[in-house]
Amino acid sequence: MSKNIVKLSQLHKSFGSVSALNGIDLTLKEGEVLGLFGHNGAGKSTLMKLILGLFSPTAGSIEVLGHDPMSPAAAKARQQIGYLPENVSFYDQLSGKEVLTYFARLKQIEDSRVAQLLEQVGLSDAMNRKVKTYSKGMRQRLGLAQAMLGSPKLLLLDEPTVGLDPIATHEFYRSVDKLKQQGCAVILCSHVLPGVERHISKLMIVSDGKTLAAGTLDELRTHANLPIMVKTSGISTVQFEQLDLVQWITAKEGERIDLSIQHHMQRAVLNKIASLESLSHFEMIHASLEDLYLHYLKQPHHVPVLEQVS
Amino acid sequence: MNPIISVARKEFKDGLRNRWIVAISLIFSLLAIGLAFFGSAASGTLGFVSLDSTMTSLASLGVFIIPLISLMLCYDAFVGEKEAGTLLLLLTYPLCKTQLLLGKFVGHAAIMASANIVGFGSAALVVSLFGENAEMAVVLPQFARFIAYATMLSWVFISFAFIISVSVEEKSKAAGLSLIIWFLMVLVFDLAILALLVGAQDLIAPYALPYLMWLNPTDLFRLINLMATQTQAYSGVLHVAADANFSTSLLLIIMLCWIGVPLAIANTIFNRQGV
Repeated sequence: MSKNIVKLSQLHKSFGSVSALNGIDLTLKEGEVLGLFGHNGAGKSTLMKLILGLFSPTAGSIEVLGHDPMSPAAAKARQQIGYLPENVSFYDQLSGKEVLTYFARLKQIEDSRVAQLLEQVGLSDAMNRKVKTYSKGMRQRLGLAQAMLGSPKLLLLDEPTVGLDPIATHEFYRSVDKLKQQGCAVILCSHVLPGVERHISKLMIVSDGKTLAAGTLDELRTHANLPIMVKTSGISTVQFEQLDLVQWITAKEGERIDLSIQHHMQRAVLNKIASLESLSHFEMIHASLEDLYLHYLKQPHHVPVLEQVS
Repeated sequence: MNPIISVARKEFKDGLRNRWIVAISLIFSLLAIGLAFFGSAASGTLGFVSLDSTMTSLASLGVFIIPLISLMLCYDAFVGEKEAGTLLLLLTYPLCKTQLLLGKFVGHAAIMASANIVGFGSAALVVSLFGENAEMAVVLPQFARFIAYATMLSWVFISFAFIISVSVEEKSKAAGLSLIIWFLMVLVFDLAILALLVGAQDLIAPYALPYLMWLNPTDLFRLINLMATQTQAYSGVLHVAADANFSTSLLLIIMLCWIGVPLAIANTIFNRQGV
């Protein structure tokens, strides 16, 4: 069994009378990538800061790499934690290389790794330029390099792909996949972004400091029971009538007919349609992460947490 | 490498990069050379008069400028990083707040020490080379002592600046508070004591008066310097300490307390703060 990297139970945090987190449970193991989703002010950043030990929880317990993040022992453990804050900022007067060298020294990492990392995030050419001349995307890449210093066991990334171009985003996800294979646990905090679902092993949707849903993507899909979109081409309305599927049709445009079916009908529909010779195109589209997100946000009150992300 | 040293190195390099060290050294050097050769212009003579008078005027001018420069150098040490957002990131690294504070102190202390050594040291060389009757063997030790005391005074005000810098959330507020501290310590305190001496003599027992000097590091600095010269020309508020016969080492120990205690206070405030 792989080790727990993060374990939160019944975590509460309030700032004065404002309650930011309200009973969050979470277990994250080695090599798992958690997508943490929620709108602005849902409590994502607060959750990350609690895991980092930047402040202590009002109630509940946190264990990160075997320590309470507020304990003195945790200071040493931070060597194995990488963090990319939202809107990362650096020392503007220093060059990218100097900034990264400073952070590397604070993590007791040899200076030689710095050039390597800068290369990896594509900043080699700009490493001797002052950070104040960097674009938003370059700063973000420097931030990522900073978070990946050393061999982190836990990576906390707050809006990591903001400001990155598609190629840099692709590179970033490749780095995350690689770290994941090395056993690094990752918490990826994000607005829902297309493409992110391929890289996460499970997700958690938070709103108003509460967990609305948590589990793997498949678990949540099954639970939410969102309709599946079927796109077909070459089948006529008459044929659908014969197959007793006509009531599920949602759109019709020439040859192309779209259906919206329930989760449990998948196999039956597939069998029926596949036997038709005139079928020229067939596509089944599962609920996207965005659909799931909207689904859970719309009905926050009666949706239970599927499982305690474990 | 110890994180304290990493932080200190970065701060010191910043001091070199943004020319603070060069600028402060230049100010100190010009100040000292100016006083040595032109300080007697008011009395109708030009040129180097005596080492003692140079040191005395250096101490009384340094007491204005050294605290001001230290405060200006350090007021944004923490609040600057708070505003920029780098403090948040730093605190997620494997170093505790005390280490960060000590690192910053060592870095800034080294900046001020270098500026004092280079600035006043170069002046000492100029004086011993071009001053009449200024033997290098006499000038250098006198200046060395002055550099040591000036450096201590700088460190006191670095500690003060740190208290301000960890306590506030805006750089402009820190700058304002620094000016107020400077004004109170360097100007108001002496005036208040003089007022006390003249207006309310009965309120304070005569034996307690000299100890009032302990309450202000700038007066301690002037007192220590005065004791190092032959003239013993107690001026202004320093008169109250003329008969007290404090030993230099005692005064230096009090000076060290003025560095350590504010630094400890800054550290306590910093550690209690959330992010």
